[in-house]
Amino acid sequence: MKHFLRTGFSFKSTSKKSLFLSLAALSSLGLSSSVMPALADGHKELKIGFVTFLSGGAAGPFGVPARNAAELMIQAINKGTVPAPYNSKGLAGASISPIFVDEASKQKVADYKKLVQKDKVDIVVGYISSGSCKAIAPVAEEAKKFTILFDCGTPQIFEKIVTNPKYVFRTGAHATMDNVAAARYLMARNIDASSIAGINQNYAWGQDSWKDFSQSMKALKPGLKVSTEQFPKIYAGQYGSEISVLLTKKPNVIHSSFWGGDMEAFVLQGSARGVFKRSKVILTTGETATNRLGTQMPDGTIIGARGPHGALAPEGPLNDWFRKAYFDRFGSLPTYPSYKMAQALLGLKTAADKAGKTDQDAIMAALRGSEFDTPSGKVTMALSNGHQAIQDTAYGMYKFDKSTGKSSLVDIQRFKAKCVNPPKGVSSTDWIASNFKGADCK
Amino acid sequence: MMKSFDRTEVTLLLCIPVLIGLGFILPQWIVNYIQVSLGTGLVAISVMTQMRSGLVSFGQGLFFCIGGYTAGMAGKFLGISDLFLLLFLGALAGLAISFLLGFLLRRYREIFYAMLTLAVSMILFGLLSSTEELGSTDGFNLASPTYLGWSPEGEMARYALYIATCIPALLCALLLHRYLRSPMGFVGEAIRENELRVEYLGTSAHKSVHITYVLAATVSAIGGVLWALALGHVDPEMTNWTTSGQFVFISILSGTGNIISPLFGTFILEIIRVYAVEISPNTWQLMIGSIMLLTIIFLPKGLWSLIQPSSSVVRTTLKKSTKDSKETSS
Amino acid sequence: MLTAVAISLDGLGFAAWLFLASVGLTLIYGVMRILNIAHGGFYALGAYSAAWAIGLYTQTGQTIALTYLIIPMAALIVGVVAGLTIERGVMRHMYGRDEVLMVLVTYAIFLILEDVTKLIWGTDSYIAYQPAYWLGTIEIFGIPYTVYKFLTIGIALATGFILWWGLTRTRTGKLLLVVINDREISSALGINVTLFFTATFVIGATLGALGGALTAPEISVVPGIGAEIIVMAFAVIVIGGMGSIGGAMIGALIVGFARALSVHLYPPAELFSIYIVMALVLAIKPYGLFALSEGRKI
Repeated sequence: MKHFLRTGFSFKSTSKKSLFLSLAALSSLGLSSSVMPALADGHKELKIGFVTFLSGGAAGPFGVPARNAAELMIQAINKGTVPAPYNSKGLAGASISPIFVDEASKQKVADYKKLVQKDKVDIVVGYISSGSCKAIAPVAEEAKKFTILFDCGTPQIFEKIVTNPKYVFRTGAHATMDNVAAARYLMARNIDASSIAGINQNYAWGQDSWKDFSQSMKALKPGLKVSTEQFPKIYAGQYGSEISVLLTKKPNVIHSSFWGGDMEAFVLQGSARGVFKRSKVILTTGETATNRLGTQMPDGTIIGARGPHGALAPEGPLNDWFRKAYFDRFGSLPTYPSYKMAQALLGLKTAADKAGKTDQDAIMAALRGSEFDTPSGKVTMALSNGHQAIQDTAYGMYKFDKSTGKSSLVDIQRFKAKCVNPPKGVSSTDWIASNFKGADCK
Repeated sequence: MMKSFDRTEVTLLLCIPVLIGLGFILPQWIVNYIQVSLGTGLVAISVMTQMRSGLVSFGQGLFFCIGGYTAGMAGKFLGISDLFLLLFLGALAGLAISFLLGFLLRRYREIFYAMLTLAVSMILFGLLSSTEELGSTDGFNLASPTYLGWSPEGEMARYALYIATCIPALLCALLLHRYLRSPMGFVGEAIRENELRVEYLGTSAHKSVHITYVLAATVSAIGGVLWALALGHVDPEMTNWTTSGQFVFISILSGTGNIISPLFGTFILEIIRVYAVEISPNTWQLMIGSIMLLTIIFLPKGLWSLIQPSSSVVRTTLKKSTKDSKETSS
Repeated sequence: MLTAVAISLDGLGFAAWLFLASVGLTLIYGVMRILNIAHGGFYALGAYSAAWAIGLYTQTGQTIALTYLIIPMAALIVGVVAGLTIERGVMRHMYGRDEVLMVLVTYAIFLILEDVTKLIWGTDSYIAYQPAYWLGTIEIFGIPYTVYKFLTIGIALATGFILWWGLTRTRTGKLLLVVINDREISSALGINVTLFFTATFVIGATLGALGGALTAPEISVVPGIGAEIIVMAFAVIVIGGMGSIGGAMIGALIVGFARALSVHLYPPAELFSIYIVMALVLAIKPYGLFALSEGRKI
């Protein structure tokens, strides 16, 4: 192989200094955008580490909306401007001082330990990816550090990984609920589902979602046909071949747990080629796209929000306040990751205020098994010794109003928490396999 | 036939008590990063070892992952928790698989070696990502290890694992250093300089590459076991190409002149990353990229040249003379 | 029959995308012997700038037809601005260094570009579907395909042809081949090697940006799309033979068809079909299908 420039040529003439300067300028550009708001008006402080995706494909749809909601809620809680019953200042009087960490920073566990040991945070709130949660949960128990998982979906956290939790809580419902409710929605609306197909990302989230959904469908409607199960790579972006298969197989219902950019790309490519006309498409995380896709999301697409969040949130003063405050500050409506973050912080506030002190054990004891109001309605820490939340959920159909240029969800169907979540002590898969034994859907 | 220890070997041996001592003095979070860095550092030195032969592996994560998963699966399915047994099984798995793959890979050089190692590691990534029994992309957790029937708890468990990480890691580094200083190791350097000449001199380049590959794979697998035990978790990300890429970058940035440099460099880069994430959570990649560029520009022989300004013992691969010597002699 | 036609069309469509996404990479490697990871950054910059510009333009309510001009314009501006800045600012100081070190340099640039993109456009997704929708669809055996997909197939073919023609049928192209063959001699003959390098890097960057810009209307442009494209593009050009334009085309076709086949016939294999193909091809032809032969030097 030839090699070049043994003799140097003229390439090395430009000074290294100018290069250095331009690089330094670039770095400082990066620094300036990251100055944290200092919150030091309270006499007592609770240091909370927030871990969400700030880079990569999950930052836009999840990580950043969650961080935004955290910033908004922290300010409102510190100032006491959240509507009743949260209109007192701080967490039991102590103001929150946040540290934000990127979940995509390669060494999740070591970074968690650093938050606890070096930054000495009092509480950790975070984690969107189920993989992160699986790795962090046992470490948190070992470190004896109060940790709230606010978003990740896998039911395994308390069913398999940490079966007797003391320090780890999850204030959002797990992913089984999303897919059971999706199946129940099809039944409740009498949508023909004699043949179903799935297109889900080929990783744990997609595989689990499809398993829960197809098993639920088989339980609810024996004898249905699965026409194809597509598992493209995560972040593939190009779904031409998968769409052709969906078009040739013509299933009645297509289930997809795609999220973020992949989901939006699938909607764009699929609606251009008429997939949404031939089949009823159900998107379990579709809500994050409802405010941005406009006419590109076909009317009648069934949309979920991993709980009664966003456009599916029940009306009430708390929700009205949250939507307005978020819109005023960030110029867009909050989506479900924002709601879930708000939910985690309000759960924390409820517990701290009830305990009346900021001591870790006192707050945890108050949070265990508690019930609290959120912009998404009532949340109950019902499962796994009061560490795992359940809440109602809802699905709806997308409708775009051309005259106002606004989208909404219609035909909303709500499901009671106990109708779509397994009862105490039963694992999600067993519960579905038992044909939802003990479900209360009245 | 034991030669006397050279300076690097003495340093490595001295490092064992020093590191263990530091484990009791330094704040816990730094000790964590040292422990994690020792695991990934082992992979970095095995990448460096291959670089000495002019081979850049963009798929060393394969063996890192095989080590971690072997340890994890031995615990999960066979109930084995003994650290020594886990290390042995991990190393054995790495050795066996690399021995077989070596027959294919030893024929390749340069970018093709890089891409083929990458392809193989990505096939494992694909397989693990679609295996639900092993948790798919979420991976699964490992239990705390035991030591010949002794199962410490709490703080004790932490120190025990830390010490049990330091010793094998540094011994592996010593082993690779010995190898690079052995006649076989020098054949590797000769292959990088001019493979055809090596063959004319009557040595099999294929055989030498094969041995280097297997040795590097085994050490990487040990690194994988140690890393997985330190974290208590494994997932397919270990064999993703981005992970393998990190190892290559670490070895180049730290410099390939000395076996200690990638071990040390792993830790330094880890700390740089930690502070980049802390100072600038939204743009830490930009900072790391800038630091990398500045290092390459101002320290062309890697971070190691800060510590040892003129590495006289071995020529580094970063010297451009590598390729030049080929041309001048043609 | 239906499946066979669908596989062919899907394979072709995917191959066209792959080719556009990887041709810039193989060009830069062929001329400069640099495996340019920053290519992913150019792809992302191209996608973002096109999506952003199309978004601004369509808000004015003018005809969609002009968006087809915006796409190449966005790619050209990104290629020239980013390509020139990086070549003049960084790459130029590094020529002559070890090939592996150059990979590291371009990786560092890639990391910087990732965050620069994020600083400019934020983390929200950008959607610029108009060009992909405006042309409508055609039904083939009852399956609708977007005309835009056929347009990209055409552009991929045209790009390949123009590059081939430019390299082999023009004076500049022939001079470039001389530079590739022996840089020192060409320099001695009075060829301005520096200029050729700059031009190649800028063209390569523009092609990368074009790949992104053409894809933008079909996808949702989000952070991280650059990282996804790199390894895919590497695989394509390694299969075809590094540095060969024709090779990249064949590589793209092989990977495209392998993927379409697995999606239609055995979906679970989709995840690693590309790597299996790469391993198989390399096992048979160790230097790719169209590798330029190199003499061994004693």
